[in-house]
Amino acid sequence: MSSAPELNVLKPADYASDQDVRWCPGCGDYSILAQMKKVCAKLGMDRSKTVFVSGIGCSSRFPYYMNTYGFHTIHGRAPTIATGLKLARPDLTVWMVTGDGDALSIGGNHFIHILRRNVDVKILLFNNRIYGLTKGQYSPTSEVGKKTKSTPMGSPDNPIRPISLAIAAEATFAARAIDIDIKHLEYVLERAAKHVGTAFVEIYQNCNIFNDGAFDFATDKQSKADTTLYLEHGKPLIFGKNREKGIRLHGMNPEVVSTAEVKADDLLIHDERTSDPSLAFLLSRMRYPDSPEPLGVFRDVEQPCYGDLVAQQIADAKAREGEGEIQKLITGPDTWTVT
Amino acid sequence: MISTVAEQGVGDGSAAIKPRRVVPDVTVRFAGDSGDGMQLAGTQFTDTSALVGNDISTLPDFPAEIRAPAGTLAGVSGFQIHFSSSDIFTPGDAVDALVAMNPAALKTNVRSVKAGGIVIVNDDSFGANDLKKAGYASSPLEDDSLARWRVIRVPIDKLNQAAVKDSGLTAKQMDRCKNFFALGMCYWLYDRPLEPTLDYIVQKFGKKLPAVAAANAATLKAGYHFGETAELLGEQYRVEKAKLAPGVYRKITGNEAVVIGMAAAARLAGKELFYASYPITPASPILEGVADLKEFGAVSFQAEDEICAIGAAIGAAFGGALAATGTSGPGVALKSEAIGLAVMTELPLVVVDVQRGGPSTGLPTKTEQADLLQVMFGRNGECPVPVIAPASPSDCFAATVEAFRVATRYMTPVMLLSDGYIANGSEPWLVPDFAAMERMTITHPTTANDGEEFLPYLRNTDGSRPWAIPGTPGLEHRIGGLEKEDVTGSVSYDPANHQRMVRLRAAKVAGIEPAGAAYLWTGPQSGELLLLGWGGTFGAIKAAALELAKQGVAVSACHVRYLNPLPADLGDILKRFAKVLVPELNMGQLRLLVRGKYLVDARGLNKVQGQPFTIGEIVEGAAAFLRGEIASESRIVSTELPTAQTVLSSEG
Ligand code: SF4
Repeated sequence: MSSAPELNVLKPADYASDQDVRWCPGCGDYSILAQMKKVCAKLGMDRSKTVFVSGIGCSSRFPYYMNTYGFHTIHGRAPTIATGLKLARPDLTVWMVTGDGDALSIGGNHFIHILRRNVDVKILLFNNRIYGLTKGQYSPTSEVGKKTKSTPMGSPDNPIRPISLAIAAEATFAARAIDIDIKHLEYVLERAAKHVGTAFVEIYQNCNIFNDGAFDFATDKQSKADTTLYLEHGKPLIFGKNREKGIRLHGMNPEVVSTAEVKADDLLIHDERTSDPSLAFLLSRMRYPDSPEPLGVFRDVEQPCYGDLVAQQIADAKAREGEGEIQKLITGPDTWTVT
Repeated sequence: MISTVAEQGVGDGSAAIKPRRVVPDVTVRFAGDSGDGMQLAGTQFTDTSALVGNDISTLPDFPAEIRAPAGTLAGVSGFQIHFSSSDIFTPGDAVDALVAMNPAALKTNVRSVKAGGIVIVNDDSFGANDLKKAGYASSPLEDDSLARWRVIRVPIDKLNQAAVKDSGLTAKQMDRCKNFFALGMCYWLYDRPLEPTLDYIVQKFGKKLPAVAAANAATLKAGYHFGETAELLGEQYRVEKAKLAPGVYRKITGNEAVVIGMAAAARLAGKELFYASYPITPASPILEGVADLKEFGAVSFQAEDEICAIGAAIGAAFGGALAATGTSGPGVALKSEAIGLAVMTELPLVVVDVQRGGPSTGLPTKTEQADLLQVMFGRNGECPVPVIAPASPSDCFAATVEAFRVATRYMTPVMLLSDGYIANGSEPWLVPDFAAMERMTITHPTTANDGEEFLPYLRNTDGSRPWAIPGTPGLEHRIGGLEKEDVTGSVSYDPANHQRMVRLRAAKVAGIEPAGAAYLWTGPQSGELLLLGWGGTFGAIKAAALELAKQGVAVSACHVRYLNPLPADLGDILKRFAKVLVPELNMGQLRLLVRGKYLVDARGLNKVQGQPFTIGEIVEGAAAFLRGEIASESRIVSTELPTAQTVLSSEG
C-alpha cells in the first residue's frame, strides 16, 4: 500500500482488496460486488474516505473484498455502527451492506430508525429470500408456504416487502435492482451514491445454493418483459415486450391496460420526487404474479440529513455561548470557599 | 398570626430569644407524595447547607412511578440529607428530623428516625381518607404509637394558604407551594439562611412566572417565621462550618460528575465526545447532561434502543471519536454482544453502568451492586473487559477520566461501574484545576507500520493495536467480529491463532496499569480485620472502619477502584490480615472473585434491600464476625429496626 495521494484514475480492480472472495460459485453477490467497484471507479471514490459497514450473513462479507475501510459488525447492527460513524465523521462516505435476515429480522428496529433519521448512509440490501450462511432456513422475505429446513410444511409467515417498509419508515431514497441486470444495477447504485441522505436499495440476489431461481420470474428472457417494469421519472408506466401494456390508476388500485386502447396521458406517470410517499408506496405493493414488479428508483426526495441537523445544533450552541470552557463547567455556577 | 410574622424581616434578632444549640451533625429527611416537591425541598436544603460550609451527603429516594396514586405508600418520595461540621461519608444512619407531608410518608419513614427525634407532620393531611390510603386504621397522631418521637403537628396546608392567599394563584397552584413552607421551617430549625433559595426562586420563576415566584418566597419566609414565633418547634440547632481542606468547593452528584468527566476527558484528549444512550433509570441524567454540552462540540445521540446506543458509540470510536455509552444493568445485558465486538475489534469505548436493583426490571430507582459479575463475565467467549468503579459521587469525575485513559491507551472497551446511590447522591467537591490535569496522548498512525505494509493488529509494548482511522490514505483495512489473525488482522479460523489471540487479549487487560488509585485505604497496613469493598459503599465502610478503630479494633479498609484487573498487590494485602470481611450490596460478588483468585477465606456482609449500608450495619456485622458469628460464607443484613436507633438525637 502506498500513501501517495490518489488521483481519480482508479479502475474497478483497484477497489478490490487482497482477500479471496469466498461466496459460492454462481452466487449473485459477485455481480453486485463487480458493479459496486465499477461505480466506485466511475465516481472516482476516494478509497481512504470510503467505509463499507455490514452486519452478518453472506452479503455482509462484502467489506472484506473492498480495498476501502471496512467494518464487518454483528448481526443486524450495521445501521447503528454506520450511524455512529457518520455522525462522528461527516467527511466519510459510508455504505452499508446487509441482507434480508440481517436488516429485516434481527435488525428490523435499527433499519427503520436509520431511515427515518435520514442519516447519509447508502444501504444495499441483498434480498435472496433465504438464510444462506446458516444453510437454508426461511427468511422474513420468503413467500408464504415456502418449504425450507425450518419450515418442512411451508412457511406460515407473511413476508415483509422491503421497499414498503422503507417508505413507511420515511426513506428519502428507495430503489430496486436485480443482480444480473448489471447495467441497471450500476445505474441504481450510482443514483444511490449521488443521493444525499439515507439511500435504500433492494437488490434481488439469487442464492443458487439454497434458493435458486427465486427471481427467475424477473430474469427469465422469455417472461421478464411482462413481469417487470422499469421506472423512469416523469414517464408513464409501460412494460411488455413491445411496450404494449401500461399501468393506469383505477381508484386507489393500479390496473394493467393495453397501450393500444389507453392514451399515454391516462397512464400512471412516475414521479420519484413527489414529497407525498403514497405513489412510491403504491408501486412497492405491486408484486408478481398479480402485477409486474417495478424496478428502478421508487422515491428520491430531498430532506435535511440527520448529521447536518446535529452539526447545526452544535454550531448554533457555539455561536450563542462561545466555545465551551471546561474549567467553568467543572467549577459550576454555585461554589463556596473554605479558607 | 401568619400575616403578622410575614411582615417581619428575616434574621431581625428575634430568634435570639430562643435557645440555639450547637450540634456536630444532623440528618434531615423530607418525605411526601411524589407530587409534593420533596426532591426540590431536599435539593434546596442541600445547596444551602453546602454554601454555608457544611460537609454534606445526600440520599434521594423516590418511587419508580412518576405519580403513583396520591397519598399511597407506593407514591412516597423522600430526600435525606446529612450535614456536618466535620468530615462525613454517608447520608446518615438515622434521621434527626423527619418532615412527613402525609400519613403515607409518616408510615414509610418514621422508623428511620432516632428515638427522641423530631417528626414534623402536616396536620392537615390526616383526614379519614388520607389515613385509609396509607393503611392506617386510626390516626397514629391520636394513639401512643409515635410516643418514642417528638411529634410536632403543624397545619402546613392552612398556614401555606394563608401565606400565599394574595398571590392570585389558583387553589391548586397555591397548594403546590407548601413544600417551601416546610423548607422554611427547617431553615429556621437548623439556622440556615433563606437567601440561596430566594435567589433560586427568582432565577427559576422570576421573569416568566412572577406570581409563582412571589408565592414561593412568601411561604418560605412564612415557614421560617413560623418556626421563630410559634412555640411548637422548641429550640434551634446550629451546625458549624466543616473544617474541609482549603479551596473552592461545589456540590456534585455522581451522574453530574460523569458528564463533566467525559467533557474533560475529551478536552484532555483533544477530541470530540460522542455519547450515545437510551433513556433508562438511573442513567438518563448522563444523556441529558451531555445533550447540554453542545458548545463543547459533544455529540449526544438518543438511540432507538440499548444496542443501537453502543453500536453507534463503536462506530464513532472506529471513526476516531472519544466514544461512550451509558445505561443500567438491563441495558448492559442488551449491549453484551456489542461489547464483545469492541473487545474483538479492540476499539476504545467507555460503557457506564449505573447499577440498580435487579434482576430484570427489578428496582429501577433503588441502588444495588449486583452487576459486578455481569460486567466481568456476562458475554460469550473469553471476553475480558477492564472494570473501574468510582467510590463516591465526586470520584465519578476522576474515574470517568481514568476510564477514557485506559480505553485509549489499551484500545479496549472499559466498564465504569457506578450505582444509583452515588449517581443521585451528592457531596461537596474540591474543584479540580483542569490546567493541572495530565493530557491524554493519543496517536492515529498515518503511515505503514511494517515496511510498506500497514498491519492493523501489530501490537505495541502495552499489547495495544494501532488506532488507524478512516480517512487516512494508505491505511485502508477491514475489521470485524470474526477472529483475527495475529498481526495482520485478517479473518482466521486457525486453531493455534485463536488460542494465541485469546491469550493476547487477556494479557493486555491483565497488564493494565491503573490510571489512578487502584484502591483507597483506611487504617494501618496490617491487623486483625480488613474490610474489603468497592464502589458506592466506600463512605459507609470507611466510616465504619473509623468507628471500629475508635472501639479498639485493629481494623483497616481497602476500597478497590480497579476491579479488573484487580490491584497488583491485593493478594499481599489480604495476607496481612487475620480476617477479611467483604461488605457488598449484592450476595457476594467481589467475595466470589477474591476467594477464587486468592484462595482467601473472605466472608461477606451482604445487603440487597435497594438501600445503601448504614454505618451501624457494617460496625455490627464486623463485630459479629470478630465474635465468630459469621460461620458460613456470609451474613445477610437484617431488615429489622437497628438497635442503634435508641440513641437520642438530643444527646448529641
Ligand atoms: S449460500 Fe447463497 S447467498 Fe450465500 S454465498 Fe452461497 S449462493 Fe451466495
